[in-house]
Amino acid sequence: MERNVFSFILKYSYRQQIVLVLLAVVNMPFTMLGYTLVEKIVNEGIQGFRKVPEQVTQADGSVIEKSVKTSIEFPEAVFNIGPEFDQVLFLFVLVGMFLLNILLLQGIKYALNVYRGVTAERMLRRLRYALFQRILRFPKPTFKKTSQGEVISMITGEVEPLGGFVGECFSLPVMQGGIMLMSLGYMLIADWKLALAAVALYPLQFYIIPKLQKRVNLLGKERVKRVRKLSEKIGETVTGIGEIHAHDASNLELATFSERLNGIYYIRLQIYIWKFIIKFVNNFIQQLGPVMFYSIGGYLVIKGELDLGTLFAAISAHKEIGAPWKELLGYYQRQADARIKYEQVVEQFAPAGLFEEERLMSEPESPVRFEGEIKASGVTLTDDQNNSILDSVSFALGLDKRVALVGGGGSGRDELAEVMARLIDPDRGTVNYGEHLLQGLPEAVTGRRISFVDNAPFIFNLSLGDNLFYGLKHRPLKEATYEGDKKKERDSYVTEAQASGNLDYDLAADWVDYQAAGVEDNIGLRRAGIEALKVVGLDEDVYQFGLRGRVDPEKRSDIAEGVLKVRKALDERLTDPSLAVLIERFDPAAYNSNASLAENLLFGTPVGDTFDLDHLAEHPYILEVLEKVGMTDQMVSMGYQAAATMVELFSDLPPDHELFQQFSFVSSDDLPELQGLLAQYTKDQLDGLKPHERTRLMSLPFKLVQARHRLGIIDDSVKAKVLEARKAFADNLPDDLSGSVAFFDPDRYNAAANIQDNILFGKIAYGQAQAQDRVGSLMREVMAELGIIETVSEVGLEFEVGIGGSRLTGAQRQKLALARAVVKRPDVLILTEATASLDTSSQARILDGLLTDFEGRSIIWGVHRPAMAERFDHVLVMKGGRIVESGSFEELSKEGSALSQLIAAEAA
Amino acid sequence: MSLNEEVELLRQIPMFQKVEQSKLKLLAFTSERLTFPAGEMVCEQGEPGDSMYVIVQGDADVIVNLPNGPLTVAQLHKNSFFGEIAILCDIPRTATIKATTELVTLRITKDLFYRLVSEFPQMTIEIMREIAFRLDRTTQDLQQARNDLNKLQGAD
Repeated sequence: MERNVFSFILKYSYRQQIVLVLLAVVNMPFTMLGYTLVEKIVNEGIQGFRKVPEQVTQADGSVIEKSVKTSIEFPEAVFNIGPEFDQVLFLFVLVGMFLLNILLLQGIKYALNVYRGVTAERMLRRLRYALFQRILRFPKPTFKKTSQGEVISMITGEVEPLGGFVGECFSLPVMQGGIMLMSLGYMLIADWKLALAAVALYPLQFYIIPKLQKRVNLLGKERVKRVRKLSEKIGETVTGIGEIHAHDASNLELATFSERLNGIYYIRLQIYIWKFIIKFVNNFIQQLGPVMFYSIGGYLVIKGELDLGTLFAAISAHKEIGAPWKELLGYYQRQADARIKYEQVVEQFAPAGLFEEERLMSEPESPVRFEGEIKASGVTLTDDQNNSILDSVSFALGLDKRVALVGGGGSGRDELAEVMARLIDPDRGTVNYGEHLLQGLPEAVTGRRISFVDNAPFIFNLSLGDNLFYGLKHRPLKEATYEGDKKKERDSYVTEAQASGNLDYDLAADWVDYQAAGVEDNIGLRRAGIEALKVVGLDEDVYQFGLRGRVDPEKRSDIAEGVLKVRKALDERLTDPSLAVLIERFDPAAYNSNASLAENLLFGTPVGDTFDLDHLAEHPYILEVLEKVGMTDQMVSMGYQAAATMVELFSDLPPDHELFQQFSFVSSDDLPELQGLLAQYTKDQLDGLKPHERTRLMSLPFKLVQARHRLGIIDDSVKAKVLEARKAFADNLPDDLSGSVAFFDPDRYNAAANIQDNILFGKIAYGQAQAQDRVGSLMREVMAELGIIETVSEVGLEFEVGIGGSRLTGAQRQKLALARAVVKRPDVLILTEATASLDTSSQARILDGLLTDFEGRSIIWGVHRPAMAERFDHVLVMKGGRIVESGSFEELSKEGSALSQLIAAEAA
Repeated sequence: MSLNEEVELLRQIPMFQKVEQSKLKLLAFTSERLTFPAGEMVCEQGEPGDSMYVIVQGDADVIVNLPNGPLTVAQLHKNSFFGEIAILCDIPRTATIKATTELVTLRITKDLFYRLVSEFPQMTIEIMREIAFRLDRTTQDLQQARNDLNKLQGAD
């Protein structure tokens, strides 16, 4: 990467810079013309004279040239071209020209600014892209020294001002310098004495300002460093939040942060102060100009040596000089700032051992497969403190062998695995897969033929399926097709990306390498994915995610139809009385005693917050419906009864008692309020309730589930009323609310409910032993009969796993990472303690699954328990960075061997 | 069945006779009424347990798994309780309980159980009485078994 910001700008935008400079140059004559017009308007247009040079013979006989005021005889032609005008018209023509000139000048400026913006943004995009690409090229050890926070702050914040600078880098000095020179030139022509007087102090500024600026630059450098440290601290806090709370270290962290802010505060303050000192000096010197004009110029006018128009023009020209001069000084400060920032950033992004770009980008001519032998020779690795990690490790094994790497901490086992996966390069020695030298291979080969999983795999913030197939997306393989406007959009995307040196690959294209997964298309891929999930034992979890997933019946009509079939088939099963008690299905004509009153009334799933089940009593339309069927008062008195029961049951429990959280439909915070209500009003005084008290009481019965709460409040008359209300609710639902509820309809898929609820189409009954499990297996049975279990699992693939896979358990993340490594069907699977965090039965299942799946392919597994090695074809035992034993488990497990010692140590 | 009816039902169980009305209501409200179809296992020997059960209606067998197969050691009827050992001693279930008819039970969680026994000494005494009675019966059975064994050995 270019070391200097100017060479970076020139290299990637010299064409744009030339255009910008040209525009700036074109700008100048018009500026010049502006001054001429101003003078002409004042002298000729308004005052009606012109200065004509004349030879004047002076008293001493010498002849000098002097401009003499001559009155103009109107009518007269402007610039002596074209028709003649009288004075007033003459003036207006001049002013018209002046106006036209302003328009042209500003037009050019506008074009210049837009073009400058485009150039700047492209260069900023290029710079950020280049920096990000460099992160991908960092060798792994670099990340031990580079914090996430620093890198983020560099790419996002620090380079931002550089963009602005790119746009003005050459054109601004040319333009402003030009304007200034021209104004100066004009003044020199008009009166060289005045001109010199105006710029007399500029050399002083030239001398002082850079000196002052140097201080600001140093402070700027320091500020950048400190802000980076601040970002690092923030990043660390986010990552280590658990530890901070666990050790009550919030104060320490706050104090540390405050201390860093303090440092930054003082530096920023210093920068401010120095910037304003510069400004002060600058302005002062600048303002000395007018002082000269008024004194010397005024004197000359009085003496008749200078006409007033010229003085005005000179003053206006001086003002014009002042503006560009200020701009130039500002530019000087910004370029200093940009130079420092660029150098500081680039320095950080050029660590030793940066990968060649080729390694990431190049694609092999024909697909490579690893066949034959793995051969490591003399692999040696030391860490940054020169400790030996691997000490000339050599071995050769068939690529059809499943190999266990056994060794304790510090044995070099994990590092060897990482070297084999080319995540770190050895200092010396080579690794060969068949005829291919590992160190010479691009990632297009290593990343496809080798899978690597360690004990803390990273899961991306994508859907579970996208994570699973992450290792199959290397390049866009099938272009997306575009038409009309979309095509134009896509074309301009590509043009723009190329103009900034960015990758123009289309994210909307199909990136999946189906061939690598051994399938034909997306359907096959999903099946293969689910097979891989079975190997690692994640299939049941994904099935459960699927059951709880929602699908759009428009887009996935196949799934919706399948679900409706299961719903129907379940009807038949439920004719069996022993099963019938487990589910109470939704019946438009019946009250569902296992659902809450709210659900019974709505008889649908709320969409959005409008009919939030907890706040139904506040919704005007619900109140209207209740009023219509005449059950408002009944609801209030039911609420009163419910409140009375709750107070009776729970009032002498401590508020944090778990029974509250588990059973009460009133929170402990609300209990005193209800107690107050009960004390204030008797059952017969409910008419006197204030509106908010009515709402409070009325909200209670909505939450009642008859079968669960058994309070005896919901009797047959209430049920009949609710059914009436249910009908009134649906029949009169205003159009603007119709989107807020998805009604239960026995023949339709409910898009707002999840798959399980759509299948059940009812509630699991309370009070039936193991109802949940029995219903679960009943559903599974029916789905298996109809062959849609896989479909449900496919919906489970859509599950969003959250940031870093946070919505999955640790075990699920680990299994997902293993499945991700399996699904791309690598020639070599390399694992380090990849099952260490799982429970014993999962470990056994995965060991079994993977060993079977990779029969005839290569596994190199850094096992966390030496005894696991028994199941492998070959065992390598490591100690102190060397291979101390190599052979089959039987050969090595004899008395006194390193392997048997390790196994014994584990058992002890 | 409404809560009040349930309270009346609980009142008839000797263990809960002395428990005051409002607490009984809380018990009824917070404990799950679970219905098991005939032939269903309520709990299985060796599983961890976190609750005890009171039989509201129906009958159940107490089955112990022996090396030579399961052995029914007792029958449980209305108003009897089981499962208290697992929550008192924090050990796995000591026997399997199988519903022989449709079995309606009241499931009392460990926390609620401790709360009740600490607040109602009368209930504790009832439970102690029942456990003592079971111990007595077990002792008698053991004696009987010894005698039988001795006889068998004597006969050899």
